[in-house]
Amino acid sequence: MQKKEVLVLEELLGSNKKIATEIRSKLQEKGILTINLLSSPGAGKTTLLERIAEKLGPDYKMGVIEGDIETERDSERIRAKGIPAWQIITGGACHLEAKMVAKIFSEIPADLDFLFIENVGNLVCPASYDLGENIRCVILSTPEGDDKPKKYPKAFTTSDCLIINKIDLVPILPFNLENATKEALEINPKLKIFVASALKDSGISELTAYFLSSLHKLHHA
Amino acid sequence: MHELSIVANLFEILEEKAKEQKAKKIVMVKLQVGSLSGVVPEFLETAFDIYKKETIADEARLEMKKVPLKIQCQKCHAEMVKDDFVFICSKCGSKELKILAGTELLLEKIELEI
Repeated sequence: MQKKEVLVLEELLGSNKKIATEIRSKLQEKGILTINLLSSPGAGKTTLLERIAEKLGPDYKMGVIEGDIETERDSERIRAKGIPAWQIITGGACHLEAKMVAKIFSEIPADLDFLFIENVGNLVCPASYDLGENIRCVILSTPEGDDKPKKYPKAFTTSDCLIINKIDLVPILPFNLENATKEALEINPKLKIFVASALKDSGISELTAYFLSSLHKLHHA
Repeated sequence: MHELSIVANLFEILEEKAKEQKAKKIVMVKLQVGSLSGVVPEFLETAFDIYKKETIADEARLEMKKVPLKIQCQKCHAEMVKDDFVFICSKCGSKELKILAGTELLLEKIELEI
């Protein structure tokens, strides 16, 4: 018997990265801006999408991929707004992977302007998986506390944008907005920060304007 | 807990390499795990031990090299290890930094019996 050492140097998530890169280039060719939304469960991702849909109005077409462990509930809420939604039920898996998005890719119409991917509610695992998005947004809701950025560094360092949601609850919570933004910018100085309340419809116009300008940049890249 | 899913990817690569090398067994697997890779090394180890049963690597030992987050300032060019994930240069305060290491999740090498 002979022993042999083989140098491999291969990324374990290399196959995910490859599929994600293909998805990104196909969507970009169609002029679709893709946004991956990451947050803990109950941070307000679906409500935020409902408000964004209202702000975009009939001039822009959006679609939503919903990732959940179980149920079609989020997709039903989005469809009720007249927006196409595709549900990926992960059946226990705590995150979406690029291959799951690739499976439903053929159902995505080419005339969309925005494709939102609402990831499984979890601030840990989804951060490791590129889904082919152009923009990654992490949502932190005020009841979760202002100390989260450094506790979940991967989610915050890999994101382009931070949405601090449920800001209307601040008067009754020990949440310090200054601490949260300072900490987030320390671990990711390039993070664009938006302060919003999806429920009370505040700060959504600014966020929608950011997505629109990113769409414009994508078309003129 | 996405470590099991990552280990499934690892085994795809392992099976492929073993085939290429016409190996009978894989006896050692060495990974590089960055502090900002998003995985917990202990969970990776547990997942590896569960997954390896009845595979070509069922007796393999897993070695992990933990890689700290290392950055280089693009202004003063100082290199530093950041355990606190604060992306601000400790020397000049610049925020223009480049990550040199610490995000990897890499299969470095394997040892085979042929």
